[in-house]
Amino acid sequence: MTFLARHRIVLPVVSLAVLLAATFYMQPRAMSYFGLNLLFNLAVPIALATIAQMMIIMVNDIDLSLGAFVSLTACVTATFLQDAPLIGALIMLSLILSYAALGALIHAFDLPAIVVTLGMSFVWGGLALFILPSPGGSSPEWLRALMTVKPPFAPMAVVAAIIIALVTHLLIMRSGIGTVLRGVGGNARSVGRAGWSLIRLKALAYGLAGLFGVLAGMTLVGLTTAADANIAMRYTLLSIAGVILGGGEFIGGKVSPTGAVIGALTLTLAASFLSFMRLSSDWQIGAQGAILILVLTARLIFRQGGRT
Amino acid sequence: MNKPWIWAWLAAALAFSATLGLTSGRGASELAYAALSFGAFAAIVGLGQMLVITLGPGNVDLSIPATMTLAATLALKAMGGNPGTALMGLGIALSVGVAVGVANYALIFLLRLPPIIATLAASLVYQSFAIWSNRGLRIKPPQDLADFSTGRLLGLPNVAWVGLVLACITWVVLERSVWGRWLLASGQNLRAARLAGIPVELVRASTYVTVAVFAAIAGFLLASFSGGAALNMGAEYLLMSIAVVVIGGSSIAGGDSNVPGVWGAALFMFLVVSMLNSYGAGAGVRNVLTGTIIIGIVIAASSRRIRA
Repeated sequence: MTFLARHRIVLPVVSLAVLLAATFYMQPRAMSYFGLNLLFNLAVPIALATIAQMMIIMVNDIDLSLGAFVSLTACVTATFLQDAPLIGALIMLSLILSYAALGALIHAFDLPAIVVTLGMSFVWGGLALFILPSPGGSSPEWLRALMTVKPPFAPMAVVAAIIIALVTHLLIMRSGIGTVLRGVGGNARSVGRAGWSLIRLKALAYGLAGLFGVLAGMTLVGLTTAADANIAMRYTLLSIAGVILGGGEFIGGKVSPTGAVIGALTLTLAASFLSFMRLSSDWQIGAQGAILILVLTARLIFRQGGRT
Repeated sequence: MNKPWIWAWLAAALAFSATLGLTSGRGASELAYAALSFGAFAAIVGLGQMLVITLGPGNVDLSIPATMTLAATLALKAMGGNPGTALMGLGIALSVGVAVGVANYALIFLLRLPPIIATLAASLVYQSFAIWSNRGLRIKPPQDLADFSTGRLLGLPNVAWVGLVLACITWVVLERSVWGRWLLASGQNLRAARLAGIPVELVRASTYVTVAVFAAIAGFLLASFSGGAALNMGAEYLLMSIAVVVIGGSSIAGGDSNVPGVWGAALFMFLVVSMLNSYGAGAGVRNVLTGTIIIGIVIAASSRRIRA
């Protein structure tokens, strides 16, 4: 094994660094506290959603409902959590529990997660429409204050990303239960033979995904101050891309929380970078796709390096 | 009851009669006609998605909506509403389909990207291309083409005939041709199929081209049917294409496909929405129930599988 193959984290870090350097080259004024704040403005909810998706990918499933779920939690934040904090908190708790129940259900009936989450995306989307039929609501004051806080040295988004990466790294890579959870993705049967209840582990992984989904919705509303039922629909695909950019694999429980956060930052930065390039708005989405392909191509080269 | 497609048709019949129960039987032929018209588009993209899903775990085409939009946009732009250009338009739509399919497969094969990520990233590029080429202008289809796509033959909508013919071709190819057997074998065990001398990569390439061509046909017809191409015209067909495959009784794990089920599920997906509409359900409730029904069907199908 070469250095690169052993340290999966190198490629996501290098991708982010290259993109950041290119952005600074294009727009030197971005190299400041405020510049960075603007560049990574929306990174926090995307990073949290990516971590949520990573929890699901960790146990070899995929979540196609995450965007709808984050939209729903954003709608709950902008309505109930603002008007009646206690009821809002209870709704959030029941949403997390239903995510855990979903994981148990998928395991108990041996259902394809891709289809169940597909169905759930209709359910979450429907509930979101039900709660907030037209765009509106408002952000709870404390959440708004939390998201616009200006820590010394580095902007809020960067500090928050570091904290998220640190906490999830300790939880998934360092703790005992995190190792077992990754084991479910690696070899579920042997984890089961070792005496663990697989159904509980799956429920735990899904519950964690639900928790991070809720946090993503809340931080999103803290930034945008309002919500609508489709506010985070693109998070489904962004979060999957973020996990893979961060060196994760679809199967085998090979995930990296730090990588996932960096992947989410890279995707956020790609969008900012393209607007700095004064690219015609027609091509902005396409260029994001092209950057995604480019970074993944780099991953191929690096994997082949590992093989020889 | 060892024919998985029966469930989709039973569910469709149930939704059909539940809708008519409200009107005490009036409007039956109108409802059936509408279901066949709108179901045809879902069935055509569903057939393509079914072939890809048959290839085995991880194979899915997420670029279907972008392909539909791109094919329809370019074809309608080239025709410019002039009479007698319908065949040229169809030719352009088909070539867009082939080009997209080849590009998707090139990303998957040459760059070794997981198909989910490859088709997702590429679809962003296709979408940008569609935005750039029509700039939001809505060009009307030529009159003769519009008449064809909204017309009927022997009491059935023309678009349903197209869908039925494509379904028959797909069924014959899958069940009776060498290529179909190769496809099923690759889906059941890629390694075994390769060792048995099946040109696996050729099968995969032709499948990805086929799904793109089917999506292009559906987009072309949909644009002619609804009086022009819109940038978001394909959006709902991403989840729809996967849903009809699974509800139709094809295995999400691949290697086991089911053509009649796709049509049954396509009719069901339309009928369940019209049923909920006629019972006066709002958009939110409708989505929640649609999602619940999808999950219910998947659970029913899986417990049947466990018993068998």
